Amino acid sequence: MLTLYGETVSSRLLLGTAQYPSPKVLGEAVKASGTQILTVSLRRETAGGGTGGQFWEMIRELGLRVLPNTAGCHSVREAVMTAKMARDLFGTDWIKLEVIGHHDSLQPDVFGLVEAARILSDDGFKVFPYTTEDAVVGEKLLEAGCEVLMPWCAPIGSARGPANPDALKSYRAHFPDTPLVVDAGLGRPSHAVQVLEFGFDAVLLNTAVAKAGDPVAMAKAFAGAVEAGRLAFEAIPLEPRDMAVPSTPVIGMAVFE
Amino acid sequence: MAQTPHVEIRGAGVAGLALAYQLVERGAKVTLVEAGRDLTGSASWLAGGMLAPWCERENAEEEVLLHGRGAIDWWERALPGLVKRKGTLVVASPRDAKEIDRFAARTSGYRRVAREEITVLEPDLAGRFAKALFFEGEAHLDPRTALTGLLEKLVATGVRYLCDGTQSRDHADVIADCTGMAAREPDLRPVRGEMLLLHAPEVTLSRPVRFLHPRIPVYVVPRDKHHFMVGATMIESADNGPVTVRSTMELLNAAYSLHPGFAEARIIETGAGLRPAYADNLPRVRRKGITVSVNGFYRHGFLLAPHYAGQATDLILTQAQERAHEAHH
Repeated sequence: MLTLYGETVSSRLLLGTAQYPSPKVLGEAVKASGTQILTVSLRRETAGGGTGGQFWEMIRELGLRVLPNTAGCHSVREAVMTAKMARDLFGTDWIKLEVIGHHDSLQPDVFGLVEAARILSDDGFKVFPYTTEDAVVGEKLLEAGCEVLMPWCAPIGSARGPANPDALKSYRAHFPDTPLVVDAGLGRPSHAVQVLEFGFDAVLLNTAVAKAGDPVAMAKAFAGAVEAGRLAFEAIPLEPRDMAVPSTPVIGMAVFE
Repeated sequence: MAQTPHVEIRGAGVAGLALAYQLVERGAKVTLVEAGRDLTGSASWLAGGMLAPWCERENAEEEVLLHGRGAIDWWERALPGLVKRKGTLVVASPRDAKEIDRFAARTSGYRRVAREEITVLEPDLAGRFAKALFFEGEAHLDPRTALTGLLEKLVATGVRYLCDGTQSRDHADVIADCTGMAAREPDLRPVRGEMLLLHAPEVTLSRPVRFLHPRIPVYVVPRDKHHFMVGATMIESADNGPVTVRSTMELLNAAYSLHPGFAEARIIETGAGLRPAYADNLPRVRRKGITVSVNGFYRHGFLLAPHYAGQATDLILTQAQERAHEAHH
């Protein structure tokens, strides 16, 4: 069981809702994944006062917890405004906070992120910040009021998997008691297994499922991966060694030539 | 009800016009009613006009390929000389080259082409791309010429055309609702699309070029006299206000990355509209009482209207026959 801001969920897989072939495929993938938390973007969808109307209605009908996000926001002001709009639209104080520093790489602007996290936390929001694996930034986010951290493992949509496993392990060790969700950069189920084995509490992904050849089957594959990775972590895996270690005693054994 | 029913079609977008055409072909009497002043208010007016069922399969169900393949011949028969059978070229910037493989893995009907052949196909793109996919069986048309061409033919064959709020007072046996988002069906959702029309005297392309990008896939469709349609965004929104700066920049960036000659192009027109879509992004023909609705064409109006208009025509005529048969007994 995973507890995020006092809410307990059993699935350690969080899914995005963008780029699916259709809302129908999205719905099927969500069911196959067993996810209980869906993240939804608002920035572009609410431009001009318009709403995603029926699309959001479809999301609501899936009956899962919605984690609105501020994807596409490049400034603190934009992100704060979008978060407030999300709270009104979805009736939730959860917000996945993204403050984008570079429009092409979508790397987070960690300075703006910390500032926006503080403003939103003070306003009663429960902030899920999309950040880098920099532990000092993580500290500042906790100090700003965040109770969950969501470091990337590679740039958004890159499908590269953990680019810097050592940094991710240090991050986990640095924040032993904070729920950590790897957000962005996962491409394959094996990547999810890896970060769950490191001890990360959950993963959030979108493109890896939405743009797979068969999104529904891939959602199922990720669900299995997350479960395997978590089980392995709890089972305490062996640490790798530099030399062979026989699994049976050597002394006294017959030597065959 | 007579065996040749009188059908009132509401909406003169591509769905309404294709349906009118097929009904007239098969002997029905048609009145076409458009709420707008002319044809320019429909989502179809902003379409790209690509007849690209193989490319579209990348992010659509099999039905789009299955029912879209016949569209090229249908349009050629309906409006001879309109369709350009030049295929589609799919390219990506060098750093997004992997997108080509991803696109290839999800589609069929292409062959891989390298630098030399790209140069032969589109001399203006010479040296700009090392590899591309060429979908030889695809085609394109100018959607505005197609819409006005169909309407002219229909009017010439005696179809009554009413627009600008004029209502038909004649009795109709069947109402065909082809009004897109205006139909206000509860399971229909709007998907906002934005497009630009450019005039680029320095650029010559003879076929649609799709420029792949992980987040912002864009296509450029050549029109007459160095005009190009650049589209199109896909946003889950009911807002049909003017195109945004962000979308304009994305579309223009892609055009400019495709060919630097677009830097000096003129922006002739910008457009934004709402595509009607059901949850699976596939069209539906549905009957409720005397109303038959033909809707949900999403981004596939010109590609799928011929097939689904045919399906609606069958439904309307079969029903008329059954009723005539019942009345006879």
